[in-house]
Amino acid sequence: MTAVQDPRTPKAAVSHICLSRLDDPYIEGHRCGGCGEVFLEVHARCARCFGDDLTPARLGDTGRLYNFTIVHRSFPGVVTPFVSAIVDMDGGGVVRGTLKGAGVDPAALAFDMPVRLVFGDSGQKDEQGAPYIAYHFVPSQGPTS
Amino acid sequence: MSQDVFIIGADMLKFGRFPDRTVPDLGAEAALLALRDAGLGIGDIDAFYCGNLVEAMEMVGQRILHHIGQTGIPVVNVANACATGATALREGLMAIKSGMHDVVLCVGVEKLPRGLMGGGAQPSPQLEGLFGSTSMPSVFAQVGQEYARNHGATFEQFAKVSVKNHHHSTMNPKAMYRIETPLEMVMQAEMISWPNTKLMCSVNVDGAAAAVLASEKTTRRLGLMGQAVRIRGSALASDPWSPRNQTMPDFNTVTRLAAARAYEMAGLGPDDIDLVELHDCFATAELVHYENLSLCGEGEAGRMIDEGEAALGGRIPVNVSGGLLSKGHPLSATGIANVYEVVTHLRGQAGARQVEGARIGLTHVVGAGHAGAAAGVHILEKA
Ligand SMILES: [Zn+2]
Repeated sequence: MTAVQDPRTPKAAVSHICLSRLDDPYIEGHRCGGCGEVFLEVHARCARCFGDDLTPARLGDTGRLYNFTIVHRSFPGVVTPFVSAIVDMDGGGVVRGTLKGAGVDPAALAFDMPVRLVFGDSGQKDEQGAPYIAYHFVPSQGPTS
Repeated sequence: MSQDVFIIGADMLKFGRFPDRTVPDLGAEAALLALRDAGLGIGDIDAFYCGNLVEAMEMVGQRILHHIGQTGIPVVNVANACATGATALREGLMAIKSGMHDVVLCVGVEKLPRGLMGGGAQPSPQLEGLFGSTSMPSVFAQVGQEYARNHGATFEQFAKVSVKNHHHSTMNPKAMYRIETPLEMVMQAEMISWPNTKLMCSVNVDGAAAAVLASEKTTRRLGLMGQAVRIRGSALASDPWSPRNQTMPDFNTVTRLAAARAYEMAGLGPDDIDLVELHDCFATAELVHYENLSLCGEGEAGRMIDEGEAALGGRIPVNVSGGLLSKGHPLSATGIANVYEVVTHLRGQAGARQVEGARIGLTHVVGAGHAGAAAGVHILEKA
């Protein structure tokens, strides 16, 4: 089947966002069958055990805040302040993202606090007017499943 | 066993801003200063290792020779992020160790665009802010945050690093800044990326540094053993796999790997080291490297800064040059400038900031892009 795609169909802002179903976006990583490590990039071999048994894997939507910084000064045009978060995803994988809804006071942010992914329109479009779909983190009450 | 390699000449420009000068011009000046220190000319040099990042595709080494003499020697242009200078020095060392060359020149030179590092040309869409931050201040803020997570270091302890290194720089005529920054001033400066304020970020400057290396035989023949410094250990590491390091660069594992290799090659341990110039690109980074270089035990870096152990006169002075925080951080020049600093102390020529009786010193740099890391460690001994 060859269908001409609408040039304004939403696009993934980064390559590891899978939009095969627009109503069910997720992060697609690659899991190593040898050691279990999950990578966001597509690699020829596992960086950890060098094995070649890498298969696509859907990452979970929940995780815990491993690390963060509050960014007050960034590149020209970037709105600050915001929280840059490193999240250990439940079920494997590590994802960097902006943490919204938790304020920008370091005292209000705790290592290991539960967070979850929220997908949505990034507010940015490509030259054809296609919106970029991105994700961010919000505080959550812990794993739901 | 291959013969030892000696640094027979070293120098650096006072770091600063040189809007009217070119990269080769700055590198040429540093090269001539180091050659003069060794009493040599460019005609005595067998090979040239030149580190530069911003003009990495523009044959900076060859253009430096256009300024000081086109002798036709092999030139290797080196780029390895902020580990570039150390990488160029190590390439020179290996060329002599291999027996291929007797005397080599190593230069690190950089002329930086102003502003925040780590951006580069952003394709559409703009990812910064959308998916957290990959700016260098953010990356190294997280280095400190991870240490705080594991060992409970405080904002104040990180800030004390900056107070110390700014104080040290008041004694270094080659530092960009030579001003005292009291603790309140550091902590109240503009917050850049928690917990690093503006005064806890390295200074974005231009600069160049150079070293002339020679084999033992040539060092003796030239009668330079009196001023020579022996390279006891030289190690370079790339980031081995570690949890999260593809999302958050890990400077700890890579530094530990390089340090272990350098200590092993030198046959020395951290207790043998009299002074350290380490990669304080941000105040948060210095504390973690106390442990990564085994200058203290796990979890002791906060105590080490609180008790003044890393200050001039302390147990193991760190960054008496003023460090990247105050001397300045012209990326590729940094890894040779820190060697110049240690050489100066080992020769007893560091003036007011001299570490008394220094016999052995250690230099350390790390390099990073938004992913991938390098670490270079050198251990130097008065010959
Ligand atoms: Zn594996």
